[in-house]
Amino acid sequence: MELKDKLVSSFIAFENTVDVDTAIHDIRSEAIKTFEEKGFPSKKEEAWKYTSLKSILKHDYNVFPREESALEFKDIKRYFIYDLDAYKIVFIDGKYSSHLSETTHDKIDVCLMSSALAQPKYSVVINKYFNTVAKQDGLTSLNTAFSNEGAYIQIPKNTVAEKPIEIIHFSTGAEGAQLLQPRNLVVVGENSQVQIIERHQSLTENPVLTNSVTEIFVDKSAIVDYYKIQNDHENASLVDTTCIQQQSRSIASVHTFAFGGKITRNNLNFYQQGEGIDSILNGVTIIEGKQHVDHNTLVHHTEPNCESHQDYKGIFDEKAIGVFNGKIIVDKKAQKTNAFQSNNNILLSDSATINSKPQLEIFADDVKCSHGCTIGQLDDNALFYMRSRGIGEKEGRALLMYAFANNVLESVKIPQLKNRINKLIAKKLGVAIGFDL
Amino acid sequence: MLEIKDLHASIEDKEILKGLNLKVNAGEVHAIMGPNGAGKSTLANIIAGKEEYEVSKGSILLENEDIEGLAAEERAHKGVFLSFQYPIEIPGVSVTNFIKTAINETRKGQGLEEMSAKEMLKKIREKSELLEIDRKFLSRSLNEGFSGGEKKRNEIFQMAMLEPKLAILDETDSGLDIDALRIVANGVNKLKSKDNAVVVITHYQRLLEYIVPDFVHVLYDGKIVKSGTKELALELEEKGYDWIKEEING
Repeated sequence: MELKDKLVSSFIAFENTVDVDTAIHDIRSEAIKTFEEKGFPSKKEEAWKYTSLKSILKHDYNVFPREESALEFKDIKRYFIYDLDAYKIVFIDGKYSSHLSETTHDKIDVCLMSSALAQPKYSVVINKYFNTVAKQDGLTSLNTAFSNEGAYIQIPKNTVAEKPIEIIHFSTGAEGAQLLQPRNLVVVGENSQVQIIERHQSLTENPVLTNSVTEIFVDKSAIVDYYKIQNDHENASLVDTTCIQQQSRSIASVHTFAFGGKITRNNLNFYQQGEGIDSILNGVTIIEGKQHVDHNTLVHHTEPNCESHQDYKGIFDEKAIGVFNGKIIVDKKAQKTNAFQSNNNILLSDSATINSKPQLEIFADDVKCSHGCTIGQLDDNALFYMRSRGIGEKEGRALLMYAFANNVLESVKIPQLKNRINKLIAKKLGVAIGFDL
Repeated sequence: MLEIKDLHASIEDKEILKGLNLKVNAGEVHAIMGPNGAGKSTLANIIAGKEEYEVSKGSILLENEDIEGLAAEERAHKGVFLSFQYPIEIPGVSVTNFIKTAINETRKGQGLEEMSAKEMLKKIREKSELLEIDRKFLSRSLNEGFSGGEKKRNEIFQMAMLEPKLAILDETDSGLDIDALRIVANGVNKLKSKDNAVVVITHYQRLLEYIVPDFVHVLYDGKIVKSGTKELALELEEKGYDWIKEEING
């Protein structure tokens, strides 16, 4: 059976496991219809021109999470930012792992989507926000149809979350090929702050496809920093859709560190709904082999005096393929918008590919918008210069690449996370030098 | 210290060095002068280990060891330093962190422990004072947006930090005003000792007023065609290179 048919027919079985007498379930029922109609995206669609999911849709995925697999903390410790005191929401094969997690309901809610859905006290918030900013494309609708588990984060107004929140999804491969569909909801009140780190990690050779959807609502003057670490197994693929709605004077940043996986597609959408908003989209991609990373971004400016800053750096070796498709829409009303976008790439091999495409749709006349894209190679003269000062070839190359990505790393606000990412990059580049630039 | 014997080298099938001989002892300063296109920078780059050049014949000995087959970084670990005619800009790496990395990678290559942070700081302070370098300068990206003089001063600063056995200064005087020239020359003179050697490659006699050479060589058409003492530099300054060309060709 085709995966699409299997999913559509699984919906009835899914309904037996959830409360169907809710407003949310009405949304799910609509969503499965949308998925049935639209299906998976194909390369014929403009937004998927350079990324084909064909090779990963052929597996016979297990669609429902089974019983929780036991994982010992010591075996997976390295996937956490272990020197960081953080709240943790951990899932194993789509099931919540209470013994690896550290949730809270003290002043702020850091808990599970399933438990928030089950408790009436959250229904006002859920009904107000759930699926209101998520896109209505096939994959997002598929996630919505089966949405039941993920992270639920609610920060009331005038509250600073004292610790960062780590969300980690593990897959063990215990059931063979696995499809995971986490659904996260983050609601941040006026004048509040939160930092979130998200990671998807396969522990197996078995194929994993994660179709993740996150909705984030940032109220007036709130500050949200979201970090995504994508350094997964070569048989793990990820479609990550994150939709952020911002109110006046809020600042939201998303950093995406794409270091590995089979196919990784990031749909990152910012919808500004007030004045004086700043949206920050940063990314570092370092991939090799046959890995494929596609960043598809959208920033929609609807009101005057707002800003957006996009800075994506990519380093591609061997036969790796990168895609950057950055769309900026400035409505007629959104005068005095400052929207910046840059996408800089280094190709280390003749077989590596980058497809970079800016799309600017500007309907206001008094705006500053810029975009720039570069594709280059490592500078041989710079390399010789370094080598002549005693820095080995491999280290010199690594230092040049690190320097290339450095300004994005500089903007990571959690020191332990920055340190971890530095180490991941050093490991990725195969060098043992400290990057303390 | 350095002994080059019958060196032939080419780039893209064009022969640049055509049987060059040079011997530099420890404690000496040698100047290599010559007209444009004679092969001066080629010689500097080949000693430092630039791979684009093909050495077809001859040998380069550093302290009696043939370094011809060694990579650029290995030569640096053995004490070769090249001050670039055109130092490269490396955005995103500060002067301090670059030199820290260079020192520790060099020490690693020499089988030594990394230098302690305290020692490193002390050394940076000492050497930046020697070259009259401002602290703010050290946190800037390497060579990015530096003036010609700042770039050259930064080269000599790195030389001071790395303390090479053999320093080759390739046109270090170009782009320097007289004050910067004096600072750079003073730095080089202070670093000179009986255990190291300096090869100054230059077009003009000007730098040699400050860094006084023990020997002056004229490089012409890929060979050392004349050697002498510092008076030779003065003679070249006065008469140009034509008389040498005539001597060779005639």
